[in-house]
Amino acid sequence: MAAVRSASTRLLANRAFLTLCLAATSIAMLVLAILLLAIFVQGWSGLSWDFLTGLPSRKADKAGVFVALMGSLWVCAICGLLALPLGVATAVFLEEFAQKTRFTRIVQTNIMNLAGVPSIVYGILGLTAFARMFGAFGTNVEDAISLGSEESLFFLRIPFGSSVLAGGLTLMLVILPVVIIATQEALRAVPGSLRAGAFALGATRWQTVWGITLPAAVPGIMTGAILAMSRAIGESAPLLVLGGALFVSGAPENLMSDFAVLPLQIYNWASRPQESFHAIAASAIILQLVVLFLFNGIAVFIRQKLQKPLQ
Amino acid sequence: MHVSKPLTAISAIALFTSAAMLAAGPAPQSAKDLKGAIKIDGSSTVYPITEAVAEEFRTEAPKVRPTVGVSGTGGGFKRFSAGEIDISNASRPIKKSESDAATKAGVEYIELPVAFDGLTIVVNPKNTWCTSLTVEQIKKIYSASGGVKSWKDVNPEWPDKPVKVYSPGTDSGTFDYFREVTVGKDGSVRADMSVSEDDNVLVRGVSGDEGAIGFFGCAYYFENKDKVKSVAIDGGKGPVAVSTDSIENGTYAPFSRPLFVYINKKSADRPEVDAFVDFYLANAGKLVGDVGYVKLPDAVYAKVTKNWDARRTGTQFTTPSGDSVQGPLATVYE
Repeated sequence: MAAVRSASTRLLANRAFLTLCLAATSIAMLVLAILLLAIFVQGWSGLSWDFLTGLPSRKADKAGVFVALMGSLWVCAICGLLALPLGVATAVFLEEFAQKTRFTRIVQTNIMNLAGVPSIVYGILGLTAFARMFGAFGTNVEDAISLGSEESLFFLRIPFGSSVLAGGLTLMLVILPVVIIATQEALRAVPGSLRAGAFALGATRWQTVWGITLPAAVPGIMTGAILAMSRAIGESAPLLVLGGALFVSGAPENLMSDFAVLPLQIYNWASRPQESFHAIAASAIILQLVVLFLFNGIAVFIRQKLQKPLQ
Repeated sequence: MHVSKPLTAISAIALFTSAAMLAAGPAPQSAKDLKGAIKIDGSSTVYPITEAVAEEFRTEAPKVRPTVGVSGTGGGFKRFSAGEIDISNASRPIKKSESDAATKAGVEYIELPVAFDGLTIVVNPKNTWCTSLTVEQIKKIYSASGGVKSWKDVNPEWPDKPVKVYSPGTDSGTFDYFREVTVGKDGSVRADMSVSEDDNVLVRGVSGDEGAIGFFGCAYYFENKDKVKSVAIDGGKGPVAVSTDSIENGTYAPFSRPLFVYINKKSADRPEVDAFVDFYLANAGKLVGDVGYVKLPDAVYAKVTKNWDARRTGTQFTTPSGDSVQGPLATVYE
């Protein structure tokens, strides 16, 4: 029989492990705290109404973040509105409807791999597919086909060019795998007994999904959505490739407007030679955090509203 | 019914004015009424200048919407050659391959230098021995075959301290220009450099390392004079220190490099683009100083404006066979 370790050794090991975990957590928290503190110290004084509503300028004290902020909101809103329904629907199909065939296995593996692809690759894809539409309509701006009036919110031009719609679609590609995988995990976590119960009562597969499985999976889906949107709002590489601008004269007016986004603006300000631009870069980072919390807040709100007890 | 006297007078005036306007035909379009979008993309080095011009142009023509991107000189030319954008910002002249692509797509371009950037060679402030370098010495430090490990290898009188080499990203126009004037187009640069896309990182690197040497645009040097020390350049006529004057008058050779905008000739026919470029050339000299660059000599601006007005197309910096034209801007540019 193996020797039973004394109670004190076991308690010591227990305490050591706890200390290790606490140390790991506090290191992460400390780094985050230092980062936030540095940003707030540098950027807090720069935050003002003028900064929020100001346009780009060569002078740091006159420069504002308005167009980049509105651009980020537009692009992320388009991205979220497209990626969430598409991603959830794909996950529902794969988890609840599709037979486990060789085809679905290939699709599944592909989605897993796509989640790890660097975002700049999606930028190149977005540039070819959305902005230029494979050159099928010519590359000259004058060759573009216009649909609807330019005053309308839903004015369309084909190809899309480097517009907010093309930007939103590109970011959608970036986060789609994340949304799909998170939704699949959430659906798998729903107890099989719930589905079985619904089927036993004669519900169709559709009724089961819509009435039972999806509502039960909403918390998990929303957590995935938060992570995905956080990624989308911080992306700059794919939008840079797409031809996202930095200087724009105003907020987007329709789906075909040119746009700037916060991460691009922050990077540009931070790499300027003048110290004063570094300070407003910090202010813009604070703003970016606020927008992030705003999006997350919406997701948490939806989660609370839709969450139903499983019993 | 009575109509009060002043009102009658006003309506009479209104009637007359509208009649006069009808007679005169449509009034000549002023910049205030211009509309439309101008698409600009390209170098992030040139971006601050174009941003400054676009910012001031807002009061001149509030309804025109210029958008300026920063996809880099190469990225900008790729879009420009395809006819996607109206204006391309460039920190180096257009390459033969880019020019050929434009011709193939039916894009003619007008080449306009707008400012100087002076590449500044900097060392750590604690480095007291190195106050000037010849182009030959810089070449020896940066080239792969130079084999410089210590400052003593550059000049036997200097201390035996290790040289730490810093450089901007090898994709940047800044690096391209530096390589061409030092190790040459086909020469290879040493592999053990610390490279960063962000010039502020280079400033920090050089300021924290006694044996460091690096280079970047003069805007970063002018802002960080307390952190790094500039080295005078000896191009054969004695050492010349970097300053706005030596860059502008061309004595800071060969490291004062011109920055360009390229205009799509077809876009230049649009009144809003025409007005924007007119405004650009008229105000560049006043605005480039604000963003840390150096204005061109007035005589060069005059040539640039003349070429713009004449819509002179093509590049003056590449020979038909594809070789780049070297030399100071004031003598090369016609």
